[in-house]
Amino acid sequence: MNERITAQISSHRFLALPFALWAVLFIVLPLFFVLGTGLTNEAGDVTLANLLTVLQSEYLRALGLSVELALASTFICLLLAYPLCLILREKRESRGLLVFLLFLLPLWMNSLLTTMAWQTILEKHGLINMFLSYLGLPAVHLINTPAAIIIGMVYNFLPYMVLPLYVSLSRIDESIVEAARDLGANFWQTLRHVLLPLSLPGIVSGCTMVFIPALTTFVISALLGGNKVLLVGNIIEQEFTAAYDWQLGSALSMVLMVFIILNILLEAFADSGEQRKKGRP
Amino acid sequence: MKMELRYFLSLLVLLLPFTLAGCDMFAQEEDEGEDILYVYSWGDYISEEVLEQFEEETGIHVVLDEYDTNESMYPRIAEGAEAYDVLCPSDYMIDRLIGKGLLQPLDFDKLPEARKNIDPDFFLQARAFDWDGKYTVPYCWGTVGIMYNTKLVDEPVESWSILWREKYRDNILMQDSARDAIMIPLKLMGRSMNTTKPEYLMAARDMLVAQKSLVQAYGVDDIRDKLSSGEAALGVIYSGEAIRLMKSNPDLKFQPAPEEGTNVWIDGWVIPKNARHVDNAHKFIDYMCRPDIAAENFRSLGYSTPNTAVRAQVEEELGDMVELAFPPEKVYKNQESYSYLGEELDKLYTKLWLQVKVS
Repeated sequence: MNERITAQISSHRFLALPFALWAVLFIVLPLFFVLGTGLTNEAGDVTLANLLTVLQSEYLRALGLSVELALASTFICLLLAYPLCLILREKRESRGLLVFLLFLLPLWMNSLLTTMAWQTILEKHGLINMFLSYLGLPAVHLINTPAAIIIGMVYNFLPYMVLPLYVSLSRIDESIVEAARDLGANFWQTLRHVLLPLSLPGIVSGCTMVFIPALTTFVISALLGGNKVLLVGNIIEQEFTAAYDWQLGSALSMVLMVFIILNILLEAFADSGEQRKKGRP
Repeated sequence: MKMELRYFLSLLVLLLPFTLAGCDMFAQEEDEGEDILYVYSWGDYISEEVLEQFEEETGIHVVLDEYDTNESMYPRIAEGAEAYDVLCPSDYMIDRLIGKGLLQPLDFDKLPEARKNIDPDFFLQARAFDWDGKYTVPYCWGTVGIMYNTKLVDEPVESWSILWREKYRDNILMQDSARDAIMIPLKLMGRSMNTTKPEYLMAARDMLVAQKSLVQAYGVDDIRDKLSSGEAALGVIYSGEAIRLMKSNPDLKFQPAPEEGTNVWIDGWVIPKNARHVDNAHKFIDYMCRPDIAAENFRSLGYSTPNTAVRAQVEEELGDMVELAFPPEKVYKNQESYSYLGEELDKLYTKLWLQVKVS
């Protein structure tokens, strides 16, 4: 049975050709362009100078800040999404679906627009501060701070956390959870020893899907950071536009790619661990 | 294994024509149609009605792309990725484009309105960056000044040093453009804005780093909205934006030339070397110099114009803002304009500005 399906799939392999073509043209080839530009100077000679420039303090500082903010927003997304998905898992009827759709809603709106909306919410005379002053409370300073950027990231990327978490949590067999309860496990024990380990792949892929866009964003930091908080994405953008130094921009992109590859390896590792467990009789 | 090899080969065969012919194919496609003009200009820099009227009168379709700094415009021209027909860079950037051989001389026989209406003084002034006067028709000019909200600033604004005052913490907006930002501390220290001495530039950087905690945001076009809505007390803007802003918010006042001196800039129309609709480009530049069009354009934008025919037409409507629109000599006399400093200093500027922003 299984073999027949495999044989069928391999005989239809040419169907993957359009995607392979796409991948080579628009993913692999550009990556080589980036590598080529990053490792050469303006005259076209191979050099490591661009990579060494990236190791200067101003670039490292922006990179460090980017990693810091991306980690923070990933963590907050996880904290927000996990309880939500636990609740959604319990009630799988239509109401659960409605709540689930509500959380995906930001995905259907242009992220530039939602970020600009956040600008007017967080501003000095924005909605939050208007509300606070109406209550007679002191104003909070949010706009153009790292906190504002984290808020923007969490809002924009939360759906990417909810999706894989919901899928992996709702796939857990209810009888396993019931068995745990029958054996006397309370809610926390069930969570810790059953639900968390079984949903680990969802957690890992959710974290990857939030961490990578958060690490590379430049729109959110430009709009909500007032160009005062510079992330590595902003520097890359400026190297390609204002500074007209494509070599340096490419070198920075390469450094950033190292982080992304590490992240993907982590996910692949978690996935393969999961499959090994399932494969056991 | 054999199968895979076959797929790989067929993939290569499919790819080959793309990579070989790709570039030419697309380039030719774009060239279709003569009644078109690709304009690359500053954001909000040409009135929409004026553009529509041009399309109606000539039947030439205008494709307008916009940029927000000279520096972000330059790579697209230097790479030649897009062939624009008309550009509107500032003085020092025109200098750089000419130096790199990226512009073509204008045919002034095709520009009767420009010869008739543009103040000869400005053609003369333009020789500072366009040495032979062959490439540029001046379009707008102005200074870099301070816009302030009189509800939040109760003292006269006469010096750049007000931007360093603790009192206005989180109420100051600075330009997110290396040259305009570094010019200010240079002038405060009594240096030339075209200085080539790295130690002066580094001192200027240190002043900007010290100022950073007082700054609310670094911006370009968004500065206007924030000043207009009262989100900030002080902002560095170009003089041409002042009139429109003051109409939108009567609490705003403008200081066009702080006492330490400021930058006088001229933006001009130029035609890139790789332009494909050169005739249309000349028609467009000449059209923009027509008195009725220049006046209409001025009404909707408010940038000072070197067009001598405009002042008489709009003087009455302006009332007490006439001095802002057509600054008296004392505002721009003896002020400096940027000159292009060469690639090495360009890199230094970028680096110093980056250091300010990550500090």
